[in-house]
Amino acid sequence: MQPYKSISITAHHQTDGINLNQKLALSLVGIGLLLQMVFWLSFQSEGAGVWLWSSIGLVSVGSIWYTAGQYKNTLPGIKNNNNWFGSLTSRGSFAWVLAILLTGFYVLLYWYPHLLGQGSGGGVNTGLVGLFDPLSIFLKGKPASQWFVYGAIYTLTILLMGVKFIYKYRHNKYQVYRTFSIMFFQTAIAFILPEIMQSLNKPYYDFKNIWPLNYYFFFDWNIDAMLAAGTFGYFMLFWGIISFLVITPILTYFFGKRWYCSWVCGCGGLAETAGDPFRHLSDKSLKAWKLERWMIHSVLVFVTLMTISVLVARFTGIRNILFIDSGSLSSWYGFFIGAAFSGVVGVGFYPLLGNRVWCRFGCPMAAYLGILQRFTIKLPWNKESRRMSKFRITTNGSQCISCGNCSTYCEMGIDVKSYAQRQEDIVRASCVGCGICSAVCPRGVLRLENV
Amino acid sequence: MEHIVIIGNGIAGSTAARYLRKLSNNIITMISGETEYPFSRTALMYVYMGHMEFEHTKLYEDWFWVKNRIDTIKAWVKEIDTTSKIILLEDGRKINFDKLILATGSKPNKFGWPGQDLTGVQGLYHYQDIKNMEAATQNGINKAVIVGGGLIGIEMAEMFHSRHIPVTMLVREDSFWNIVLPDEESQMINRHIIANGIDLRLREELQEIKGKDGKVSSMICKNSGEEIECEFVGLTVGVSPNFEFINSSGISTNRGIIVNEYLQTSADSIYAIGDCAELSQPVSGRRPIEAVWYTGRMMGKTVAQTICNEATKYNPGIWFNSAKFFDIEYQVYGDIPAKTPEHITSLYWQHPTENKAIRINYETLTGIVTGFNLMGIRYRHLVCEKWIAERTNIETVIEHLSLANFDPEFFDEYERAFVDLYNQKNNKSIHLKTKRDLGMVKKFLYN
Repeated sequence: MQPYKSISITAHHQTDGINLNQKLALSLVGIGLLLQMVFWLSFQSEGAGVWLWSSIGLVSVGSIWYTAGQYKNTLPGIKNNNNWFGSLTSRGSFAWVLAILLTGFYVLLYWYPHLLGQGSGGGVNTGLVGLFDPLSIFLKGKPASQWFVYGAIYTLTILLMGVKFIYKYRHNKYQVYRTFSIMFFQTAIAFILPEIMQSLNKPYYDFKNIWPLNYYFFFDWNIDAMLAAGTFGYFMLFWGIISFLVITPILTYFFGKRWYCSWVCGCGGLAETAGDPFRHLSDKSLKAWKLERWMIHSVLVFVTLMTISVLVARFTGIRNILFIDSGSLSSWYGFFIGAAFSGVVGVGFYPLLGNRVWCRFGCPMAAYLGILQRFTIKLPWNKESRRMSKFRITTNGSQCISCGNCSTYCEMGIDVKSYAQRQEDIVRASCVGCGICSAVCPRGVLRLENV
Repeated sequence: MEHIVIIGNGIAGSTAARYLRKLSNNIITMISGETEYPFSRTALMYVYMGHMEFEHTKLYEDWFWVKNRIDTIKAWVKEIDTTSKIILLEDGRKINFDKLILATGSKPNKFGWPGQDLTGVQGLYHYQDIKNMEAATQNGINKAVIVGGGLIGIEMAEMFHSRHIPVTMLVREDSFWNIVLPDEESQMINRHIIANGIDLRLREELQEIKGKDGKVSSMICKNSGEEIECEFVGLTVGVSPNFEFINSSGISTNRGIIVNEYLQTSADSIYAIGDCAELSQPVSGRRPIEAVWYTGRMMGKTVAQTICNEATKYNPGIWFNSAKFFDIEYQVYGDIPAKTPEHITSLYWQHPTENKAIRINYETLTGIVTGFNLMGIRYRHLVCEKWIAERTNIETVIEHLSLANFDPEFFDEYERAFVDLYNQKNNKSIHLKTKRDLGMVKKFLYN
């Protein structure tokens, strides 16, 4: 059975799946993006405000209108019709084009910011970076950088796609609350708060970006900046350490890794909102699971060694561990993992490999949380070994019909069905607790619980 | 070491194969003309709707069967020789067996309507059916008519709806599936079908199907006489056991292949399980043929135990089932007859605006709980089952009703509303005593 893949976004049948509202709305989004493109390619800096606000306005209105057009006349419920037929959502030509655009953007962002218009050597910003100067000046009184542009676009995407996700899952309070949480943490904690702090001459700090995801937390320049920032800087340093060492284990004990991965984290936030249309593309095979365990734990080892070498260098002056210079170790990590993996592959490949490639195969924080979520331990005073987290997904008696919706829509590629049909609880290190398996189950078999 | 052959790789056959492997070192061969490897029949609709690809509906990855030394043959069976224990395949191959399990499932009913064999007229059961549906509709059609108001009929309606194909649905009864669902639930589904834009015709049947060039072009309604132009007619008026190929074998059959409580047919070393089996003496309150996923699975496990260990009687336990009608999930535990018998009290609570309902039946005199029906709300199978098995009193059940709730976190809970309804009807003042909590559920279930 190979239905042909048309270039329409959702369906290949007698209607092309997109109604007039959606077409008009997409036009607004298109014009908004075009405005950004024109300003970018003109490489000027004058009059950015009008261009910026009108483009953000058009994209936002268009996007919300599109959402309304898509779901307004539908009854609340699961909306997965035609996912495997549409070009965008089944690795068709639209998906490839989008993947190339996204990866291309990340390449420019990380390695060629001047092409985005980043002013070099104190020069004036032009192009895309210049376009965002007015917003940056509004928030912190300073011109934008490529990272500010990235943060702004990232946040706006999570907000707009979050609205879409909430409307899509409006019948499911777990999904609605979770998405509000993601939108809040991205907007307030990841985007606005650090900008305000910078305007008060404090170091940049995203309080929810925890080591080892925040791999540069222990880098010299970061520690120096915190130490130079007085009491508040000491608090940042303290928070950074306890958030990793104390808060993470405690919250993971009670709720599993989901408290972070699908309620707080920015990477998770983008994956759950903008990445939602691609969640079914994850590889569910046993092979992929084996690869995943090797890769993600290797990254965790890598970031740990790299951080230790950096700290050793700081405190002892020894910059050479096992014949490798700590400086080059950290720049390799930054290049391969921090930029290439998490950004270029992690987001750029959403339309081809699914929305959680980075979270599943690369994120060291996910690896750490996964160990906390999965491991069992036998303490001397307990009779039996106990799991380190209360979280699991339980299955409902014998109700499973092995349909496969749960596995298909698991963005982490967990073969949920293989457990459900054997009536086993699902306890997997990689489970981010997004709750979609439970939502798409047509027989009410799966429930996320903290026992 | 014996050679055990299973004909059919549905949930009954494949479950039997898995348990045979768990319990023995026998040679196991699973024959199916439908697909090489087992898949979930109930999930075919989602393939047509684009929720999944066919690959996702497979019960296990392909290597699973190889690794577990369960040989598969993709072929249709022509006939069986029970005395020399040989299976003849359509392609001419012959397979010897020591023991044979028939798990050949059902086929959609056709009641001899004129035009029922035209292209574009079909039921929905096999993998091939979904391919035919795809072929008949992939370029878009203007109208599909579905005959029959049951689970497969409404699935088909949902499938066409996902592709924006207008659907007319003929239901013989006064209300959707009301031979199984009580009135209130049945009417809730009627409203939901209509809300989805389906043209629902109650008390209507199929008279005949007309065709042009071998393809369906219209159908005529029996009661109104109306002719409806359509390019597809779905026949979903139930299914029957599928066993023609054994007719020459001498194995006793009636509506299905007759089996005793050990699932043995009249022929030595030959068993039948799943949809195709008809129990000569079903457990009280149960039908001789139950074409349900769950009973197929139970039979598969039972027959494997009988073959490998000791003869085990088929015991289906307390009835349960589930379905999804468009967006409304349905679960049933225990006995909820469509028409409540006189000695039973049926307490029904329905959400004022949403498609959610809870029904609990209990014996009026003794208060013993006999069944649960849930619409749009999820309840725990094991908890409801235990209450029913232990003949628990209704008041005890509703005091602890939250233990049964299986809805996702943060969902509104309606147990209090149900208890209030009970109090109001009976002039009582019972309070919920337990919270929805897995720890308490485990205590209840296992202590």
